[in-house]
Amino acid sequence: MKQATLTLLTNKALTPDVYEMRLAGADRPVPGSFLEIGLDGFFLKRPFGAAGYKDGVLTVYYRVVGAGTEAMTRLSSGAKLEALTMLGTGFNYKGSTRPLIVSGGLGIAPLKYLADCFHEAGVRPAFVAGFRCRSDAILIDELSKICDLFVTTDDGSLGYHGNAVEFLKQNPVAFDRYFACGPEPMLRGMQRFSVNGQLSLEARMGCGFGACMGCSITTVSGFKRVCKEGPVFDAGEVIFDAR
Amino acid sequence: MPVNSIKDTRIELFGNVMDNPVIPASGTFGFGYEFNDWYDVSILGSIALKGTTLEARYGNPLPRIAECPAGMINAIGLQNPGAEAVRDVELKKLGKVYPKKVIANVGGHSFDEYVRTAKILDSADEVFCIELNVSCPNVKGGGMAFGLDAGILEELTRAVKNEVKKPVVVKLSPNVTDITVTARAAERGGADGLSLINTLVGMRLDLNSARPIISVKRGGYSGPGVFPVALNAVYNVREAVSVPIIGMGGVSCAENVIEMMYAGASAVMVGTQNLIDPFACKKIIEELPKVMEKLGIDRLSDIIGRAHNA
Repeated sequence: MKQATLTLLTNKALTPDVYEMRLAGADRPVPGSFLEIGLDGFFLKRPFGAAGYKDGVLTVYYRVVGAGTEAMTRLSSGAKLEALTMLGTGFNYKGSTRPLIVSGGLGIAPLKYLADCFHEAGVRPAFVAGFRCRSDAILIDELSKICDLFVTTDDGSLGYHGNAVEFLKQNPVAFDRYFACGPEPMLRGMQRFSVNGQLSLEARMGCGFGACMGCSITTVSGFKRVCKEGPVFDAGEVIFDAR
Repeated sequence: MPVNSIKDTRIELFGNVMDNPVIPASGTFGFGYEFNDWYDVSILGSIALKGTTLEARYGNPLPRIAECPAGMINAIGLQNPGAEAVRDVELKKLGKVYPKKVIANVGGHSFDEYVRTAKILDSADEVFCIELNVSCPNVKGGGMAFGLDAGILEELTRAVKNEVKKPVVVKLSPNVTDITVTARAAERGGADGLSLINTLVGMRLDLNSARPIISVKRGGYSGPGVFPVALNAVYNVREAVSVPIIGMGGVSCAENVIEMMYAGASAVMVGTQNLIDPFACKKIIEELPKVMEKLGIDRLSDIIGRAHNA
């Protein structure tokens, strides 16, 4: 956990509602960890998964879902952003030699960085990237260079017609551990598919560093905070239907 | 501005001399030790522990948080590991990084639960006083229900006072017509002090679904937006009772601490600000001597209630 003032380098739209931000001033994050970015005029900071880190530049991807992310799209290069970085507990990926990475929607963001880390370690993961449709599909070119990439779309407009979990059921991929991030229904599906992996969860957060208990979930080993013990949990640990 | 003379920020609460009046408020600081990853928490005047019940509680379903223009709504629902785990595990972890005495915050659903929880925490050496949470808006059939009726509040305070040895502070809800009525009731029940204000009941709706953002519909609003409301409550209660007051509600800077003390607070809790800036209490403690210098205050304890004589 670290407090940092980040400098916005670039802020561009990849699709009509998904943006990429490149930021200077952050230390190298652990894959699966996140940062909280403060915005003028908004009380709470916003959490974003670390989606890349190269030559001191941190990448995040965000979808415009409300007034805060809408305001983010208007930030220009050079803007100074107050942030809390290196938050949460990331992926336990060391020692995995046949990793399977599975994303749904913008869940691809932290997994892109995980794929980069595998690439640096000389490991080529299998990567199943699910999207709603072709126009939502981002990072395809980058990922296909460093992964065995399989793209799925809900409407069949690109790649496999269906979601990532359905793809895996029909097309077995050998793996020693999987790493998944995406909407909750997909994560539930991955848990049913196999518990030999890790799930990165999302939650509405207050603080982002474990103080407010605003994002607690139930696990087989008690209550845990998505922002502190998570966002990455062992797949067998999460109890989705506790309440 | 350089500080030319030594500024005395010490205050005394129930015989416990604190280096400064700054206390992270219950529910915004966990059990304290995790904040030591941000800064040395031993600078804090004291720490109010996360609200504790007899048994472990998960709290409310998610979402529990909704953002507001000058603060936030929370509906955590008293998630905690239970009184014995707090005494035997959490307080021991805190003791490794925080040598000073702390405030235990007690919640409950019945007189019996309040009394039994208070007794467990009363037996902890690290605790110098018990804060009775009778104002949590997020617990069904408990919490705030005990804090809105003056008669029940007086009886509950007396029941707890009869069973514990340490001073009892009653944390008051602002969700009443006249907070001085419940303040007097707590004092009649034997409260050694009062802390105020807890959060204000509030709601936010999702623009797309038209449903409340918070899973249990409403929660407690806190943050800088409530500071004037809190200050007014402290001012009014100071005129109504004679026991010490711990002021809180939207405090986010050293100047707010001074205002709270002018209004009648002997110590000041900082809550929501910890959640948006983990260094909030540290900054306030460091700024206090500078603000005292600017205002010509040499000893902080001199200004308690000054607004009532000005």
